[in-house]
Amino acid sequence: MPSPDEIQRYSALLQEAQHIRGVSLARDAWRRLRRNRVAILSLAFLLVISILAFLTPLLPLQSPYIQRLDLSFAPPAARPLWTESLKVDDSAAPQAGSTVDWINKQFGDISTFNRRMIELRVKLFGRWSLNSILGRDELGRDLLARLFWGARISLIVGLVATLVSLVIGVSYGAIAGYLGGRVDNIMMRLVDVLYSIPFIFVVIFLVTILGEDSVKARLEQIGIDRITIFFFVVGAIYWLTMARVVRGQIISLKHEQFVEAARTVGADRWRIIFRHLVPNVFSVVIVYLTLTIPQVMLFEAFLSFLGLGVQAPAVSWGLLANQGFRVISPLKIYWWLFVFPSLALGLTLFALNFLGDGLRDALDPRLKNK
Amino acid sequence: MIWFLLRRLLWMIGTLWAVFTVTFFLMHAVPGGPFSSERQPPIGIKRAIEARYNLDLPVWQQYLLELEKYLHGDFGLSFKMGDFSVREVIAAGLPVSATLGVLALAFALTLGLTAGIVSAVRRGGLLDFSLMSLATIGIAVPNFVVAGLLIILFVFIWPVFPAGGWGTPMQLVLPAVCLGATFAAEIARLVRTGMLDVLNQDYIRTAYAKGLMTRAVVLHHAMKGAILPVVSFLGPAVAGILTGSVVIEYVFAIPGLGYHFVQSATQRDYTVAMGLVMLYTVLLYTMNTVVDVAYTVLDPRVKLN
Repeated sequence: MPSPDEIQRYSALLQEAQHIRGVSLARDAWRRLRRNRVAILSLAFLLVISILAFLTPLLPLQSPYIQRLDLSFAPPAARPLWTESLKVDDSAAPQAGSTVDWINKQFGDISTFNRRMIELRVKLFGRWSLNSILGRDELGRDLLARLFWGARISLIVGLVATLVSLVIGVSYGAIAGYLGGRVDNIMMRLVDVLYSIPFIFVVIFLVTILGEDSVKARLEQIGIDRITIFFFVVGAIYWLTMARVVRGQIISLKHEQFVEAARTVGADRWRIIFRHLVPNVFSVVIVYLTLTIPQVMLFEAFLSFLGLGVQAPAVSWGLLANQGFRVISPLKIYWWLFVFPSLALGLTLFALNFLGDGLRDALDPRLKNK
Repeated sequence: MIWFLLRRLLWMIGTLWAVFTVTFFLMHAVPGGPFSSERQPPIGIKRAIEARYNLDLPVWQQYLLELEKYLHGDFGLSFKMGDFSVREVIAAGLPVSATLGVLALAFALTLGLTAGIVSAVRRGGLLDFSLMSLATIGIAVPNFVVAGLLIILFVFIWPVFPAGGWGTPMQLVLPAVCLGATFAAEIARLVRTGMLDVLNQDYIRTAYAKGLMTRAVVLHHAMKGAILPVVSFLGPAVAGILTGSVVIEYVFAIPGLGYHFVQSATQRDYTVAMGLVMLYTVLLYTMNTVVDVAYTVLDPRVKLN
């Protein structure tokens, strides 16, 4: 039975403790990240780009596919700022089939969600759209619109392929690290071997084979197109570093008390790995995530630039840069066709790299509470 | 040491075998071969030709025969380039790519080491900041973008260099710079970090204490420690230069391995593509092993295992 003195002391302590708020790692990291101006600027830039890319069908842009051969290679023009470019077939609007037609004609074969957004855009802006402030390509297509539609593919490829690699890498590394011993040895030796395979060449080889007409037709029947293949193939090769890093972290964590505690209350090993250990390595994972996305985007751009990635009529930044590159000639430099896609790609990769570096510094536990 | 090399060799053979097997069966899963074109020869002749090249055998027998040929160094004939065997393609392309790669690596090392040391010594200064910002740009921007910009600037606006091709020293400059730029940036960052680590150590203080000049301390004492991360980066760098040369050779129309690889991939010349994938695997494996061995020579604390 504690004396009244003690009770008073403890309650005072308790009161004091209630005023102290623990600083979680995330909060602490965020505080440090906020002080890194370049990283925050990059984060803001990336958010704006992603939101714009998502909302592309809603924006008053011209069609990315409609050709205007009379305006072939028109240089950037900002005056007049608005033109009436979209062909909206509202006379036929009441009939269900025909509304689909004019959208399909100008925006390609798009999903229902995007179609709804375009319909909304027509309600908002009518036929008006921005003039070609970034110029037009050899078929007279508006570069600005193509950049925006290309952003959607470039970004989504980077994101999805990285997530695939994340899932593989984290599970693989966590399992190897937790099980340890011979299993770990074999699993990690496999990673070592895979490191020495020049995957980029294997992927190009794979993509060519899977792009063979008959194979492509067969795959399309079951709903797999080139981009889906790309997601999985790229995801399947960028997991190696992630697996190594996660394994190292798991090994250093697996003898901690909370793991013992989980084991004593009867959690099985999968539960311990995925519910207790994996959440603890998230900070490292996030850093590698932001550093993997630019690599994957770079790879997509690289393949598309070589004509082995995204295929027309779809557009991506790498493909646009390639199209711009091919019209560089001694006679006339259509610089806008090369410079703007490169700028979009370069700035995004630049921002991602800066953000990754900033996050790595912010999440460094040695700097905690500084 | 011997055991280490032997084990590496075994792993390499295993990897090569796996790559061979996967690519072989993928190739055969795709319909159409060199003799299935629009204009079909009479059925009897076709059968005779296929028998001549063992295409009438079951796949696994073809696989074994092909494997045996590979073991004897016979990589087959090109599907698309008339009169060329895969060996000839490699023999023509390898020296070109090797020259380009070595030049790019030399450029990357020179620039990267200089920039890294300078910014470590001038830490926090304006020079440090601008060099490191430049390095981040160098890492982020794809090499084909660099190549395109340099071509616009130095070929068309201010014509100093030829646009492409192979043969004269002037034609080497732009490709080597574009190819090496990314790695120069990476090396600069590595050297700077390594240098800063080393400069804080006791033996550096000792060196200063005995009255050496900064130059001597940095170049003789600190350099050895700071260069270690660069050595371990050389493995990935060589792999990257191999990859990068694919784009650069395409951009500058250089008839190296990368150029042939893109051509074979776009034209579905499977035998050439497969031969090149195998060659790249060997190159990468060898380079990684060389780097590992070099590391132990430079840093006696590291043991090969």
